[in-house]
Amino acid sequence: MARVLGTSIKRREDPALITGRGKYTDDLQAAGMAHAAIVRSPYAHARIRGIDTSAAEALPGVLAVLTARDVAAAGIPGVVPVGWLLPDLKTPAHPMIAADTVRHVGDAVAVVVAEDRYLARDAAERVAVDYEPLDAVADVVAALEDGAPAVHEDAPGNVAFDWEIGDRESVDAAFASAAHTVELDLRNNRLIPHAIEPRAVLASYDSSTGEMTIHMTSQNPHVHRLLMTLASLGMPEHKVRIVAPEVGGGFGSKIHHYADEAIVGLCSMKLDRPVKWTATRTETNLTDAHGRDHSTHCELALDADGRITGLRVDTAAAMGAYLSTFAPAVPTYLYGTLMSGQYDIPAIHCHVTGVFTHTAPVDAYRGAGRPEATYVVERLMHLAGEATGLGPVEVRRRNFVPPDAFPYQTQVALAYDSGNYGPAMDRALEMIGYDDLKTEQASRRGNGGKLIGIGFSSYIEACGLAPSAVVGSLGAQAGQWESADVRVHPTASVTVYTGSSSHGQGHETTFSQIVADKLGIDPEAVEVIHGDTDLVQFGMGTYGSRSAAVGGSAIVKSVEKIIEKGKKIAAHLLEASAEDLEYEDGSFRVAGSPDRALALGDVALQAYLAHNYPDDLEPGLSATSFYDPANFTYPFGTHVCVVEVDTETGSIELLRYAAVDDVGNVINPMIVDGQLHGGLAQGIGQALWENAVYDDSGQLVSGSLMDYAVPKIHNLIPFELDRTTTPCPHNPLGVKGVGEAGAIASPAAVVNAVVDALAPFGISHIDMPLTPEKVWRAVNS
Amino acid sequence: MTVSIQLEVNGKPVQAAVEPRRLLVHFLREDLGLTGANIGCETSLCGACTVLVDGDAVKSCTMLAAQADGASVTTIEGLAQNGDLHPLQEGFWEKHGLQCGYCTPGMILSANYLLAQNPSPSDEEIREGLKGNICRCTGYHNIVEAVKYAAERMS
Amino acid sequence: MYPAQFDYRRAGSVDEALGLLQEHEDAKLMAGGHSLIPMMKLRLAQPPVVIDIGRLDELKGISEAGGSVRVGSLTTHADIAASDVLAAHCPVFAEAAGHIGDAQVRNRGTIGGNIAHADPGSDIPPVLVLLGASVHLQSPSGTRSVAAGDFFQDLLMTDVGEDEILTHVDVPALGSGTGSAYLKFEHPASGYAVVGAAAAVTVQDGRCTAAGLVVGGVGAVPTTVDVSSLVGTDLSDDAIAAAASGLDAEDPIGDIFASGDYRVHVGKVYGKRALAAARDRA
Repeated sequence: MARVLGTSIKRREDPALITGRGKYTDDLQAAGMAHAAIVRSPYAHARIRGIDTSAAEALPGVLAVLTARDVAAAGIPGVVPVGWLLPDLKTPAHPMIAADTVRHVGDAVAVVVAEDRYLARDAAERVAVDYEPLDAVADVVAALEDGAPAVHEDAPGNVAFDWEIGDRESVDAAFASAAHTVELDLRNNRLIPHAIEPRAVLASYDSSTGEMTIHMTSQNPHVHRLLMTLASLGMPEHKVRIVAPEVGGGFGSKIHHYADEAIVGLCSMKLDRPVKWTATRTETNLTDAHGRDHSTHCELALDADGRITGLRVDTAAAMGAYLSTFAPAVPTYLYGTLMSGQYDIPAIHCHVTGVFTHTAPVDAYRGAGRPEATYVVERLMHLAGEATGLGPVEVRRRNFVPPDAFPYQTQVALAYDSGNYGPAMDRALEMIGYDDLKTEQASRRGNGGKLIGIGFSSYIEACGLAPSAVVGSLGAQAGQWESADVRVHPTASVTVYTGSSSHGQGHETTFSQIVADKLGIDPEAVEVIHGDTDLVQFGMGTYGSRSAAVGGSAIVKSVEKIIEKGKKIAAHLLEASAEDLEYEDGSFRVAGSPDRALALGDVALQAYLAHNYPDDLEPGLSATSFYDPANFTYPFGTHVCVVEVDTETGSIELLRYAAVDDVGNVINPMIVDGQLHGGLAQGIGQALWENAVYDDSGQLVSGSLMDYAVPKIHNLIPFELDRTTTPCPHNPLGVKGVGEAGAIASPAAVVNAVVDALAPFGISHIDMPLTPEKVWRAVNS
Repeated sequence: MTVSIQLEVNGKPVQAAVEPRRLLVHFLREDLGLTGANIGCETSLCGACTVLVDGDAVKSCTMLAAQADGASVTTIEGLAQNGDLHPLQEGFWEKHGLQCGYCTPGMILSANYLLAQNPSPSDEEIREGLKGNICRCTGYHNIVEAVKYAAERMS
Repeated sequence: MYPAQFDYRRAGSVDEALGLLQEHEDAKLMAGGHSLIPMMKLRLAQPPVVIDIGRLDELKGISEAGGSVRVGSLTTHADIAASDVLAAHCPVFAEAAGHIGDAQVRNRGTIGGNIAHADPGSDIPPVLVLLGASVHLQSPSGTRSVAAGDFFQDLLMTDVGEDEILTHVDVPALGSGTGSAYLKFEHPASGYAVVGAAAAVTVQDGRCTAAGLVVGGVGAVPTTVDVSSLVGTDLSDDAIAAAASGLDAEDPIGDIFASGDYRVHVGKVYGKRALAAARDRA
């Protein structure tokens, strides 16, 4: 039959979603369901002198008002833990409900449960909290200054960690002998993820069984169950079922374990009835873990030929008020380790200070560390092209890790398994028509028209954090494998239970393609189950562009086990030796005797009947695998952005965006392109519009869509995509991962384009987002 | 107090007594169980809650149920006819115009209104016509393709 | 997301609405609800009583008579943007209405609600001031009209009295030889105008006989720019740039996206461009 891997079959997820039948968490109703509203701090930093809940409790229809006192009385751990430890990491307690001090606007101080969601909000407004406001610090640089207000008493100087990678001395030596050096002070702007579905949870506790079912907006239900039971609610893990129904986007924000979901669980336990909470947009923006927020000084040294000799990076990375689930890993192992980019750099040193601020926590958001690293490296490469006179293309080419150098050991721990960077650059130049664009740029500069700029970004990504032993040695409090249980039914249809948890990526479609391809059956004969801790054995979830490479590989492993077992059954039935059997196109055949064959269905049926069956084999035809990869995967590519700048107002217009990506083998090209489109929109959004702004008192002043500019349809353009294919050598599918590539590559491409346009003004850098006013001021300064 | 309302939803008559403050989107989602219209913001900007009221695309989070008294409302659940997908639904499926699907019902109904006003829009007109609907997943590229697909099918 | 409780009254006539306003202290009128409901959802507005005037057909519609166009206060932005009458007589009004929010907002939002709310980033106020529109108000004691230039008093403040209902606006038709344009510098998040420049010029025999420029978004209320220097000129680019550069705002508004200084600058640039576009259409 025709191959199904590599084909753009339509998504099986869609019929429900285009007809309104998809069920997201807030769509769910349960008998006897009550509604929670959370009372949040309006202050960035304050002492709680007292809370008067009597007016709220007096409102008819109000069922309970809980505060930190009730958490303590419940005798549960009651905290929100961090899941990645670094040496000397400060881990101040993060209580589910603030007891005596609030540390960011939006910190939970009480929860109201009522019969109706309107009523719950009415009652929440009647909870009187007596605050003593304290000085706050929201800015990552200001928080490190002497005398800055302390976020936690047990984290002096607001330092959460001090981390470095690479060799400082060899870098110093490189700079001492450099022919060219370039340097940059930059801010990587804080972002709010803005999954369009706000976070939500429906917790249903049943005291008669002691069991709790929690439907919630989760990218990784098993991780949520572990953290929820172990650190927050203190329930036995096997008594809690977490289900992620349809999830309306995540981009990282639904990886993390939050106080709110645990609070709602506690409410359900206290009331012994289902309780639902759905964040408003305001709430979700105040409490979702934000992304990025770095302040960085970086320098690049090059020799007279334009070859890089050293890279030095010093970053202050905001952690926010508390350490979110994977927060310490993001600006360290997902950032410093990426500093070699696509380049052969002999000396690198990266120093990162993790900083507490009176803001929402910062954690993984689409790309998580890698966009920040790419931005540093690719902005410096743009400047290096100028400083050496080589221009942006040649300076990159000259420093690419050559194709014969793989596997390539970087100076910052990662070992790139494969790569071939030149062809992606070649194709990008061809697509964009670089020479013609350069000619047009020069002519516009001559005639006073609007300026155009061309920006490049040649990025490297590391997907599928692995292997577990290595990430464990780096501080992860979790494994980084993935599981798959593949069950062939007696009629030869298949159900896959995967630990990857889809929230828009189309796993049901792509995973069915994998199984169909490997078993030689119709994808329609494969069902994919995910997002339910009672159904799925265990899983690490979906983040870090890991699902195809890790989750998909686990499925392949299980299918291989099934084929091996099937061969034994078939050999028995065909009276042949299992070693002589081949599996092809859905049939087990005796090699060299094409008429001696059994279809998968014949073997599957016998596996369950077990009437005529090998003595040494257990009945059934299913297999479970836990796949722990040997290494990360390393997608790469070159993106080119073309912009037009109206120097009179500073407005930027996107003219073209071409992206050539190498994500290894592709399972479903349509879905891969869609992932790139979405990532590009978010990266371009970061470059041009998106910015989470806190004022000096710690108020989030861009907390709504009135001020925080998520890209809209009329602000974006069609994207021009192509691919090169360098398969990953260490996983069975040769796939790498694509979810984050667009968001990783594009900010640097856009900023480089704008800076290129403004070269006649001697402008070398403008911090993101490149708002018209900033551009205008740069032009006029 | 409550307000008595009578309206038509997806072609069926509906009668209810609602609190004056009840938003149309909550009435549809919770009282009628029509959960296709979603809520993504609270500032009338995301468009996930878009439905048709007397044929006009409207943000149902910015309308009281009481204001819909006497109106004819169409939600995503009412778009397919006799089990046949609407060409826009087909287009979004065919062209991968959705990922997580949360914005999709609103996006499709806005596109439906756009095509009613302008049956063969240019790319630019599609992008202008759908600016009241935010999608965080697709980068909009395939949404434009989906609407063009539907426009062709409907012409 | 969840408005506080209120009592709801639906008015069957303007007189009934006026009676309800008298009867209920702090009551709020609701037309399309697109200014009021967002405020109520955030509980920034918690009126005890909402008087729904959305069904008063007497306040809807666009008609022309005697060189003036009457636009009822309940006319939606969509209807204004699509109006043939306005396209023929005051095209800049329709043009500006087409820039408001998005299709859904224009389908529900009304001209009356919009100008009574008086957001400084609204697209309509500068156009009404430019065109010399009059705003008509009715109260139990009678009716009165206010020049648009006087109607907008301060940030979110207008000349509508507590006992009054805004019934319609009258807009003088633009004469022959007049070109007009509205140019918007849009806020990437809210969609409101950071700057909105409304311009009109009349040209006879190659010479400008009248010119006007009003800029929204810069000040709390629309800022009228004195462009009388254009009268008698051939509307050269230089003359237009010089005239538009006269934009002055004592206390410009600013936010995290665009400071006051920057808004003044963009106001001048967009003023210039709007005048040039108006000239090209004259």
